[in-house]
Amino acid sequence: MPQLNQLLLVYQSQWFWLALVLAAIYFGIGKGMVPKIEGVVEGRNAKIAADLAAAERARAGADEAEERARAADLAARAAAHEVTSVAKAKAAKDAELRLAKADAEVSAKLAAAEASLSAARKGAMANIEAVAAEAAQDIVAKVSGAKVTAAKAQSAVKAVFANA
Amino acid sequence: MAAESKIDPMHQFQIDALGGGVLDGTPFIFTNSALWMLIVFGAILLFMWGGMKRELIPGRWQAAAEMLTGFASGLAIGNIGPEGKKYVPWIFTVFTFILFSNFMGMMPFGVFEAAHPFTVTSQFSITGVLAIISFSIVLIVGFWKHGFKFFGLFVPHGTPLPLLPLIVPIEMISFLVRPFSLALRLFVAMIAGHILVDVFGYFIVNGINAGTPMGYFVATLSFVFIAGVNALELLVCAIQAYVFALLTSLYINDAVHLH
Repeated sequence: MPQLNQLLLVYQSQWFWLALVLAAIYFGIGKGMVPKIEGVVEGRNAKIAADLAAAERARAGADEAEERARAADLAARAAAHEVTSVAKAKAAKDAELRLAKADAEVSAKLAAAEASLSAARKGAMANIEAVAAEAAQDIVAKVSGAKVTAAKAQSAVKAVFANA
Repeated sequence: MAAESKIDPMHQFQIDALGGGVLDGTPFIFTNSALWMLIVFGAILLFMWGGMKRELIPGRWQAAAEMLTGFASGLAIGNIGPEGKKYVPWIFTVFTFILFSNFMGMMPFGVFEAAHPFTVTSQFSITGVLAIISFSIVLIVGFWKHGFKFFGLFVPHGTPLPLLPLIVPIEMISFLVRPFSLALRLFVAMIAGHILVDVFGYFIVNGINAGTPMGYFVATLSFVFIAGVNALELLVCAIQAYVFALLTSLYINDAVHLH
């Protein structure tokens, strides 16, 4: 086994070069380059964490804004609803009022018209009685030749009319 | 020439001096082992350098480098806790050095004989030093933080008093054996896998050279087998690096928090 046979001849050289190489790796790479690379990794991880936190914050902000917008929307809807219902109520009241007024006017006109109608009818009735009495006087005179007084004819016509 | 090749699976662990030097037991002699340590270091450096673009959205290379550092720091911080951040460089160093050494030793550069890879982690003179450094960190941190209370590590919670004379030596031995198990586990896993691959590689070459139907059969069988063993070895390479780094962080956790 050369490792044993040569040991005394080579161990000093082996240890010298090993010490050299290990020192170079330890100080040059292990203490020099590794922390830099680790720093890059840590920086990246920190950046990722920060970006994630920022995204989370942005999302929370968006959520809040959405919530606000929804609330505002609801409030606006409620306000609009109120305005329309007030307007509707007012319109209904107005219409009612106008209707009542028109109703009153119409009924007043109707009453006047009825009154004038009944007056006219009364007048017409009186005329008809007079005409009918005259006609009855004439008819009696022509048919029987008897003379009937106007008052008698009138009362007879009145009795007939009252029976009719 | 190949027909006379003898099976010598240990040759791949041979350390040779490069650049005209002679192995003479001095520290500064440059060997193939040293060369491959430098190649491993270069590969790690290249890999990390390629991942240093430091972009917010990482490319593939940067993502791979970040995965490696994240894995090492995850091991340290996951096992030791927040104070494990101090030990990330060492965990990273052992993990990447062992991982790249293991993988580098599996690279098929050997098709050019001069570029035959040398598996640094198949030398216990290397794994031993790694284990001793890890163990020293445990001792230093333990005594620094807890002083003599660190010996409380040998007394598990709730041990009945009469059992203490038995438990304490057992705990102590299991503690002291840690650097050896750490070093030998990696060393043995690497050497065994490489010998296996090497032996079956020789079977293929010798089988083809024999030229008989039986030879071709053995070569084919060995080829299929070696493909599987290679895949397994790649897995072992990663697992051994992981185990070494994991145990190191667990031992450091013991030292930092006692039990």
